[in-house]
Amino acid sequence: MNVLIPSPLQSYTGGARLVSAAGSTLDEVLWDLDRRYPGIRFRVVDEQDRIRGNIVMFVEGERTRDLDCCTVRATEVVLLHALSGG
Amino acid sequence: MLELLISTRKGLFQVSSSDRETWVLGEPQFLGQIVHHAVLDPRDGRTMLAAVRTGHLGPTLFRSGDCGATWSETARPPAFRKARGGETPRSVQHTFWITPGHVSEPGVWWAGTSPQALWVSEDAGLNWSGVAGFNDHADYAARTEDPQGGTPDGPVLHSILVDPRDADHMYLGLSGGGVYESLDHGANWSPMNDGMATAEADPDAPEGEVQPTSIQWQPWGPSHDPHCVQIHPLFPDRLYQQNHCGIYRLDRPETRWQRIGRNMPADVGDIGFVMGVHPRDKETCWVFPMDGTDVWPRTSPGGRPAVFVTRDGGERWIRQDAGLPERGWLTVKRQGLALDSETPVGVYFGTTSGGVWASADEGARWQQIAAHLPEIYSVEACYPQR
Repeated sequence: MNVLIPSPLQSYTGGARLVSAAGSTLDEVLWDLDRRYPGIRFRVVDEQDRIRGNIVMFVEGERTRDLDCCTVRATEVVLLHALSGG
Repeated sequence: MLELLISTRKGLFQVSSSDRETWVLGEPQFLGQIVHHAVLDPRDGRTMLAAVRTGHLGPTLFRSGDCGATWSETARPPAFRKARGGETPRSVQHTFWITPGHVSEPGVWWAGTSPQALWVSEDAGLNWSGVAGFNDHADYAARTEDPQGGTPDGPVLHSILVDPRDADHMYLGLSGGGVYESLDHGANWSPMNDGMATAEADPDAPEGEVQPTSIQWQPWGPSHDPHCVQIHPLFPDRLYQQNHCGIYRLDRPETRWQRIGRNMPADVGDIGFVMGVHPRDKETCWVFPMDGTDVWPRTSPGGRPAVFVTRDGGERWIRQDAGLPERGWLTVKRQGLALDSETPVGVYFGTTSGGVWASADEGARWQQIAAHLPEIYSVEACYPQR
């Protein structure tokens, strides 16, 4: 599936906004991303498997904070960040 | 070449000089990212570590092997283990403090985070592990401040100090939580807060000062708040501390801190965040007092910025404001003052309003060497071997 990467994370993907990843859940997709781009997962998911506060994820257009969200039929995952502070 | 590493809320800046008169400000690195602390390894003169996060991404560390020319992310930044049944899940919000290890242990680094935890790397900062003797201690919750506690931006573990005579002998500071000592390389930690006042109670309050009658002074716990602790590099039995409640000194093997800040001018007080210790003279240290009255403005008392130095271990304090603005409401955070190792010693501080001030004569005269930077979190003076 396609994964859209926000600008703060594009240093991990060599500047790419659109990358590929695989997995049957959002968690698996993020681990696959981390295999391809080491370190990227920890920037958006903490060590207790919680999506970080200012990160938003969409699976096939549906916003979710559930890492177990099924991605079997998904063609697109979108990662977004909310800027915090001034 | 002398260099200052200026960590700010919006990036890392390097300011360098060959004569301490003319300074060159380099281009920012990690622009837009929050850099809490950046440190050069004095053991090799080339390795740098930087504690970095952004407002939206998780915290990490970056490492440079070429004096900051290029950086790469650590493979395994500090991260708590998964919470076990009944445990409160902990996640690192940011790495706040970085300390190179003992000279006999090349590649060892220590780090302190928020929430308060101690971390060690044995491979020059590539991989980090939690120090179980602190992070998983049975009294962890009672020793440390709740992550939702009062310290702005979260409670921090800071002032990780390694005794230059003995790699096993260490100190650390907790805001809030107090000072702790380890004699076994971090396996066990003991509180060392005797004599330190807390916001609630002062065991050494002067006669006549009103004290609460319903609150007992506690020997440890989050009511203690050592803002910055320093060990003298040549005389490591001498410790100094700028505490939330005053300026202290301790001469080991004594265990009771002495409040040398009581000798500060009454209209200035002894509240502040930074503490700088002369690299050769154990009787000399610098502080940057801040207003701790009323609602705690934490700006220069009376709007008149000054550094204060003692040359006799805290018996007498001398105001040093030549060259500083006559009026100004400056704030300097706990990592914001640094010293070089020249003769005479250079003293440097960075403000939350983005100014860097330098003195090449131990504080006698100041000049501003950088301005209009983002909010400054820390200043480190170092000598990169390029």
